[in-house]
Amino acid sequence: MKTMLGRTLREVSAALKQGQITPTELCQKCLSLIKKTKYLNAYITVTEEVALKQAEESEKRYKNGQSLGVLDGIPIAIKDNFSTSGIETTCASNMLKGYVPPYNATVVQKLLDQGALLMGKTNLDEFAMGSGSTDSVFGPVKNPWSYSKQYRERRRQKPHGENEDSNWVITGGSSGGSAAAVSAFTCFAALGSDTGGSTRNPAALCGLVGVKPSYGLVSRHGLIPLVNSMDAPGILTRYVDDAAVVLGMLAGHDPKDSTTVQDPVKPFTLPSLTDVSKLCIGIPKEYLVPELSSEVRSLWSKAADLFESEGAKVVEVSLPHISYSIVCYHVLCTSEVASNMARFDGLQYGHRCDIDVSTEAMYAATRREGFNEVVRGRILSGNFFLLKENYENYFIKAQKVRRLIANDFVNVFNSGVDVLLTPTTLSAAVPYLEFIKEDNRTRSAQDDIFTQAVNMAGLPAVNIPVALSNQGLPIGLQFIGRAFCDQQLLTIAKWFEKQVEFPVTQLQELMDDCSSVLENGKLASMSLKQ
Amino acid sequence: MAAPVLCSGCPQRCWALVWVYGRCRHRRGAPVGSTCNWMRGQSSVAQQPLHTARKPRKGEPEWAAVVGLEIHAQISSNSKLFSGSQVCFAAPPNSLVSFFDASLPGTLPVLNRRCVEAAVMTGLALNCHINKKSLFDRKHYFYADLPAGYQITQHRLPIAVNGSLAYSSCAGTKQSQMTTRTVRVKQIQLEQDSGKSLHDDLRSQTLIDLNRAGIGLLELVLEPDVSCGEEAATAVRELQLILQALGTSHAGMAEGQLRVDANVSVHRPGEPLGIRTEVKNLNSIRFLAKAIDYEIQRQIQELENGGEILNETRSFDYKLGCTVPMRDKEGKQDYRFMPEPNLPPLLLYDTASLPAGADSQQVINIDQIRERLPELPRVTRERLVQQYGMSWDHSFTLLNEVDLLAFFQNVMKETRAEPKKVTSWVLNTFLGYLKQQNLAVRESPVTASALAELLDLLDSKAISSSAAKQVFEELWKNEGKTPAQIVSEKKLELMQDQEALEQLCHSVMQAHPHVVMDVKGNPRAINKLIGLVRKATLSRADPTVIKTILERKLSS
Repeated sequence: MKTMLGRTLREVSAALKQGQITPTELCQKCLSLIKKTKYLNAYITVTEEVALKQAEESEKRYKNGQSLGVLDGIPIAIKDNFSTSGIETTCASNMLKGYVPPYNATVVQKLLDQGALLMGKTNLDEFAMGSGSTDSVFGPVKNPWSYSKQYRERRRQKPHGENEDSNWVITGGSSGGSAAAVSAFTCFAALGSDTGGSTRNPAALCGLVGVKPSYGLVSRHGLIPLVNSMDAPGILTRYVDDAAVVLGMLAGHDPKDSTTVQDPVKPFTLPSLTDVSKLCIGIPKEYLVPELSSEVRSLWSKAADLFESEGAKVVEVSLPHISYSIVCYHVLCTSEVASNMARFDGLQYGHRCDIDVSTEAMYAATRREGFNEVVRGRILSGNFFLLKENYENYFIKAQKVRRLIANDFVNVFNSGVDVLLTPTTLSAAVPYLEFIKEDNRTRSAQDDIFTQAVNMAGLPAVNIPVALSNQGLPIGLQFIGRAFCDQQLLTIAKWFEKQVEFPVTQLQELMDDCSSVLENGKLASMSLKQ
Repeated sequence: MAAPVLCSGCPQRCWALVWVYGRCRHRRGAPVGSTCNWMRGQSSVAQQPLHTARKPRKGEPEWAAVVGLEIHAQISSNSKLFSGSQVCFAAPPNSLVSFFDASLPGTLPVLNRRCVEAAVMTGLALNCHINKKSLFDRKHYFYADLPAGYQITQHRLPIAVNGSLAYSSCAGTKQSQMTTRTVRVKQIQLEQDSGKSLHDDLRSQTLIDLNRAGIGLLELVLEPDVSCGEEAATAVRELQLILQALGTSHAGMAEGQLRVDANVSVHRPGEPLGIRTEVKNLNSIRFLAKAIDYEIQRQIQELENGGEILNETRSFDYKLGCTVPMRDKEGKQDYRFMPEPNLPPLLLYDTASLPAGADSQQVINIDQIRERLPELPRVTRERLVQQYGMSWDHSFTLLNEVDLLAFFQNVMKETRAEPKKVTSWVLNTFLGYLKQQNLAVRESPVTASALAELLDLLDSKAISSSAAKQVFEELWKNEGKTPAQIVSEKKLELMQDQEALEQLCHSVMQAHPHVVMDVKGNPRAINKLIGLVRKATLSRADPTVIKTILERKLSS
């Protein structure tokens, strides 16, 4: 039973196969942690009954020696913007409270077909619009690291004893619920979504691996869209290998999503790189912005040094149009949001107001009551950009800039660069009270700065947790790969992961309950020490 | 619930177009004469009281009307344009609705291959340029029967452009001459149909049926090359026949499978085009012609009375025979077009550009569709005229009646009778009976084989033509008897017994000496004798034979 929750997917799978633990026992461990960490607000819906029933079936399969594969019996969580058949799917919005979809998103179905156990639906910024997981109708998500021994010990050293409860830090977003769920060991993997960084950003702030696959590699069918042309289902795990297992299961053509690749994709195992001397790592100079915290900057350069010292070629590269990415994204995102949100009119499903004097009055009141200010603001901007008189000046221009940004990446990769190494966030997670001093739009613009352009270009990218900050909070770095070279990207990320030896969270709940989890946890002892 | 009027047509049509001068002019008061004489006075133009308008100033040119048509044809396909839901007319409400059709969040469109093929085929039949790359767009407006809040259409780059539709009509005193005109096809685009709203004013509620939501439509935008109701009606009728021949649409107007909106404006030639109105709610070809002609006259009168034309949508009230403004409280809508991000560009290939080793299920080859094009109505009519020596008029009738051509061809296949005889029987006798009882060809009690057998009997002179009519009447009763059985039961065989016939002629002459006397002075009086003899034979004798016998006897 040792260190079960801290293991990799393949290790747990082997344990399940060998009967060291049963799927039901594993499921109950996770359920118990979900209850103990309820204050994190990671889950909107906990599907305890569903999970236990699935565990029971999985157990039967294991007993009969008919396991479905690595994911059979593995607890997972799904961001609450993926459609789940028979399970409420809210997008953290009043608009969809009580909405129970009749179908599963393709990625959800694929995970269930592999025997994964669905623990629940995780919290997010309303309709995935945000970078803090603070703008949910169900309240903000708290970063598990706020309650870690690592963070608390360092806070205590501070002279003025602040109220501990008010010091909790955000998870990042918008997939903060999924990040918190994995980070708090309530599941082994979680699905997020990533439109401008919504998987990589919380992964960085919660010390996780966060993969944003190439656009078109993984089906979007059933993912309630933010920006269709940039959305990608994201994967949050504690290890690169785990993310590779899940990605291998999810990747491939889906007849229900016309934008997925036609070629078949097979599940893959990442090789263990021993030699990086043939690699070329690009360091885009535009990512060195004044707002970048010194801690992150220093880790970034240490990481580059690490590659160089191991024989890799590290070159400075330029993505000249990247600085326009955020404004450009604002136009394209809000335009698609305005369009995508048009269906929420209270007629077919979701919230409907009581006003019935006219259809128009009903639409207006329903949408006012159903959407928060952030969503309404984006709808309004988007409709403005799409007006006939503005279309040319905003939407068309933004599309052209998007093309320039995508071409910047193509040029860099054509010059021989294998992957780009960049920061994922400006700094480690900030306290909630600090974060909400600025509005959602400002925060999103700041926080998506390193992640967003990747979505414009449809490239794969991954956050790898690197080290803890002086505050004891995780910092991550981002690798960006060539389109559809997700496997190569993860292979390099895996090598890097091994070098940095990121520490395990030391949560009170885990210490009390299953201290064994943390047996191999190391206290901030890394090769990339500050 | 009050609801705004929807404009499902193309919103911002541009009118930088050529006015073809000299056709179908609407002269004030005076009969139109030669220019629109094929309207045969049945259109409302002739009935319009025009004398109220002021007299034209000297040298003021007459009015010219410009009519542009926008046609929505429902694609005949088993499933919808972007979903797997079945397509079926008059199914129970909301029984054919997929998650996508109901716009459940997270669902995505998947393009139906059949609909693309239908669009390509229609484009080819209308001499269009087929775009090898076309794009889909979202057109936004809020309406209860548009669940997604937008319609997926082809706004920027449609699947087919720059075609033409040739349409002909018969003219002249005996409808023997044929005139052909052409209306240019600006574009054909694929788009989704909306659902249906059923307004219950009594309970002030609206019921929504989404069965129709998402069915594939071909929107055909025609250039304003048409100038009166009759032209528009003829063009639409020809289009209907083409779509039906292709099998790309059932194209029934009453069923809403073919919907026509007309943009109408009038101006004086040489002057800029007038402000146009859009006329909707035209559910038959006859009303289309009526509505357009009414609208033209209304605009002319309005302008001559010093009024102005508003750019508005008007509905045709078929009971009152006039157009009335539609409630459109939204005013001008901005549809906020945007590329549909969930559908990649639609790529088509021809044999030359087909990628090597392409999966035939994944690609559409324009050339292959071209090879599969069936005979178009215009060609069929030419063939009928050439092959059977038929008049143009008859060829039009054969094609205009549903299934009648097939019936004719089946009769032709099985009979030895002359094509002209067959044409006459099919178009006069057979069609006459159908019309009288308001039946469709497929509901006819007389099969093509039975008529063929009957015509064979007639052709071999086994029966007279009047006996044939009798047999036909018996066949119509549908008692399961063959023509031959009827002939023998009713003893309708032509009298072949020369001696008996001579005897009969003799008796008739004896019984009617004064008629015989008449013939001496007036040779045409022999017809009366022939009639009397035929009556005596119960119409079973060949009148020419009777005539020969009578003439011989009279001259002897």
